[in-house]
Amino acid sequence: MDKGLTRRRTLASGAAALATGAVFPGLAEAAVGAPAAAEAAMKKFTGGKTPAKGAIKLTLPQIAENGNTVPLSVSVESPMTPASYVQEIRVFVTRNPLPVAVTFLFTPESGKASAATHIRLAATQDVSAVARMSDGTFLIDTRNCKVTIGGCGG
Amino acid sequence: MTIPRFRVPATAKRGDIIPIKTLIQHPMDSGFLKDKSGKIIPRMIINDFECKYLGKVIFTAKLEPSISANPFIEFFARAESDGDFEFTWIDDKGTVTKAKAPIKVTA
Repeated sequence: MDKGLTRRRTLASGAAALATGAVFPGLAEAAVGAPAAAEAAMKKFTGGKTPAKGAIKLTLPQIAENGNTVPLSVSVESPMTPASYVQEIRVFVTRNPLPVAVTFLFTPESGKASAATHIRLAATQDVSAVARMSDGTFLIDTRNCKVTIGGCGG
Repeated sequence: MTIPRFRVPATAKRGDIIPIKTLIQHPMDSGFLKDKSGKIIPRMIINDFECKYLGKVIFTAKLEPSISANPFIEFFARAESDGDFEFTWIDDKGTVTKAKAPIKVTA
């Protein structure tokens, strides 16, 4: 593939998404999830363990003009060797209809525990990334994102 | 129908951590939206993405309806030896889209 993902193409795909009904007109407010659901999902993931802070970094804009495509990236400092690596990073959204946005599964061959995608945010909310390390410990980072136009009809 | 795009460096040194970017055209209907007549648009998303390198799965992403239309995924891999990166996207209907990108690895 020649140039692959240029900024222009990425923008164009975002615009196409807007045009093709990714605009969420008819969503009832009730469908916007409660933070409790995200908390419960997080607890299930960590098995009740308290995740530590520090070695994980979640990057997300402070203000998202368009909730339909909010760039998100997450990375964890890890040697990524078979003895010590990040197995999984799960992204939790507190006020979307469903509490989990995405799960990334890594292997030592990933070389770097880092991934990025674009997510939808229904409303201004906290987004958390929780990482499960190969030794069974968990890491967490939380960021708040202000959403001007909701990505799920908010 | 669904056109995947991806960017993998053509060459790398052994041990280099290389970035891989992928994007595929897909509406990612969340199942929470209504059309103009008020009917719910059924959920239809790509729920699974996988990258194989040298025949081994090195990265997987489980996507949920919170992922934007035309899902973009960026991740990394450690260059080991010449081979292909094989990408697989699977949606709710079971449609499988595959793509391949070769890499040359120098010592």
